[in-house]
Amino acid sequence: MIGALLDSIPFVIIATGALVGIAASLVGTFLVLRGSSMLSDAISHSIVFGIVVVWLFTGLTTGPLQIAGAAAAGLLTVVLTEALARTRLVRNDAAIGLVFPALFAAGVLLINLYGRDVHLDEHTVLLGEIGFVWLDTVDVAGQPVPRALLGVGALGLVNLGFVVLFYKELKLATFDPALATALGFAPAALFYALLALTSATAVASFDAVGAILFIAFVIVPPATAILLTDRLWLILVLACGVAILSAVAGYEAAVIWDVSIGGMMATMTGVWFALAFIFAPRHGLVARELARRRDRLDIDCRSLTAHLYNHEGGPEAEEENTARALRDHLRWEEGRTRRVILRALDRGFIARDGRLLCLTPKGRAEAHAIFEPWRRGMTAGEPPGPEKASG
Amino acid sequence: MLAFLQDYTIQTVAMGAALLGTISGVLGCFAVLRRQSLLGDTLSHAALPGICLGFLWAGARELEALLAGAFLTGAAAALLVLLIAARSRLKTDAALGIALSVFFAIGVVLLTRIQAGGGGGQAGLSTFLFGQAAAMLRADLWVMAAVTAVAILIVVLLWKEVKLVTFDPGFATAAGLPVVALEIALTVMIALAIVVGLQLVGVVLMTAMIVAPPVAARQWTRRLETMVLLSAGFGVAAGVTGAMISATARGLSTGPVIVLAISAIVLVSLLIAPGRGLIWTGLAALAERRRLRGRQVLLTLYRLAEEHRDPAYPAEKGTLDAYHRAATGPALARLEAEGLVRSVSHHPEPTPHWELTPEGHARAEDLAGRPERAK
Repeated sequence: MIGALLDSIPFVIIATGALVGIAASLVGTFLVLRGSSMLSDAISHSIVFGIVVVWLFTGLTTGPLQIAGAAAAGLLTVVLTEALARTRLVRNDAAIGLVFPALFAAGVLLINLYGRDVHLDEHTVLLGEIGFVWLDTVDVAGQPVPRALLGVGALGLVNLGFVVLFYKELKLATFDPALATALGFAPAALFYALLALTSATAVASFDAVGAILFIAFVIVPPATAILLTDRLWLILVLACGVAILSAVAGYEAAVIWDVSIGGMMATMTGVWFALAFIFAPRHGLVARELARRRDRLDIDCRSLTAHLYNHEGGPEAEEENTARALRDHLRWEEGRTRRVILRALDRGFIARDGRLLCLTPKGRAEAHAIFEPWRRGMTAGEPPGPEKASG
Repeated sequence: MLAFLQDYTIQTVAMGAALLGTISGVLGCFAVLRRQSLLGDTLSHAALPGICLGFLWAGARELEALLAGAFLTGAAAALLVLLIAARSRLKTDAALGIALSVFFAIGVVLLTRIQAGGGGGQAGLSTFLFGQAAAMLRADLWVMAAVTAVAILIVVLLWKEVKLVTFDPGFATAAGLPVVALEIALTVMIALAIVVGLQLVGVVLMTAMIVAPPVAARQWTRRLETMVLLSAGFGVAAGVTGAMISATARGLSTGPVIVLAISAIVLVSLLIAPGRGLIWTGLAALAERRRLRGRQVLLTLYRLAEEHRDPAYPAEKGTLDAYHRAATGPALARLEAEGLVRSVSHHPEPTPHWELTPEGHARAEDLAGRPERAK
């Protein structure tokens, strides 16, 4: 069963992509929530330096040593960035922008100089080739398993273990680092561990999707999930779901159009993000716009009750408490006036009496609550007394 | 050497690198000062799909089309970052990362689409990843020069406004300037710098050309005018040096060489810039520590003398070391050179002893009595 699946090339490719996405999303969620998304950009560039250096000394391009070397390079980036920012000669964002290009440039030049004819070349480093992951296999219990699948699978498990084990600590350190420090957790150490795992995941993923597409898997699925929910565990689950969907849809689209599979998977993460950005139930553009309009209409309704309340029972009520007065005195245009009146009728604040707009007891209570909020809860239904506000 | 400089390709590359250094140095200043250093990273990665679209549109590797495409997608990415940061709960860093990675992914997809389509012209496209100085043509220079001229002209014409928006956007708003429009203009203009650098440095490393020259220049001056000029100068120096090395040594991508050159300039600036440089601040801190240690030792001697009612009380060096938990030898030597203490032997003990000179006593009295005037 498993053997048959592993012999299927599409399955291996999709599984690798999905596992890259899951492993990356697990750590990426905390980076995005913490506001350090761009560190993943820096790390994924500068691990190239680590990979090249380990390769120069050992001749290995995969394996635990490579992963350790890359993790070290990733941490080196972060440490150098923070050291540079601490001199206070350079701001933090500029420090990131100084360190990783330098390391990345050094890595690319080393490839240029020594890596001409080997597996390493700068395009693979940059873009990866997920379409070929099934070529390079190792035997596990007599069954050939693609090496890349094994690598990202292992890192995915490590990341999952880390997140499950330190869930409470990560949550606290992400949302309230000061409290975490005060309670004796070490948010800084936790954060470095997270970054080391990010670097290790980057190098394990890098045969498949390359250094830059990896960033898409770290940042975009968590960002999508954050737009969809407020629960941390649900963010993690949804981010993994988005990653899997991207791997499947990306593969299918890439086959149809005959384009880079890794690139298409990363593009797909962007498609899901765009959908969430526009249509997310509470935080999407559409939902926000609707909520804004609803709020505005409600505020207008309250203004309307206040206006009617002020002029109710006075000699000017004949003129003031009409739709025309709303247009002429409050300067509401036609459509707005109509929408507000309909809304107020719907909510039972007002009733029509010929041309006149009259407050219902409910509407009077609403206006009362505006002018005399301290009397909220007291009987408010009788006509306004002499002490009411003028205006 | 002269023949080398007369080489046609070398001249072209050097001029291109100079243009790149100028525009990225000038525009980068505003990006760095406005804390948008990483925007350059996003915009340069986002140029990749634009290059591919330009190629698909023109049907060949026509620089004008490629650069126009790069500018358009770069600007689109910049606006998208602003939109995501303003209209969702995500922070700017996430918006930058999303725009960077998704645009780049689209670029990779388009690139493979073009390569799958075959044809001779696409060969040059992947050089845009890391830059290939040797692939530059003399005609390309005119395009780069025109873009640079436009960008510089805009900065010069809007100098006052741009300066105000950079340093005090709040006041600029109060003064009635169209701040949002100016900020968008400054942001989008970074895409212009990236467009100029694509051939030489490539999309991946262009961010260094935006960030590094201004950071280096900032170390040497506090004036925006000087900073912009210096930054352009550093950019030109690194660009020309890097392009020369890459064009003459076979197989070296141009971008990484230029980036290492500008990184070296940054490193040197951070170390030796007058006043701010790490070497000078380090030396100043050392001098301050020594001065403080000298005062502490002098006061210790003074207190011992007071305690024993003997202005010339000889204190054993070992006692002083133990008291300060450190070797006081260097501090004593410096005090001796100032004539504030002198070494004496205290018979019959064989170890060295120190006592205050009358000047030293007066100085210590001064320090102990009026610490606020301690100098």
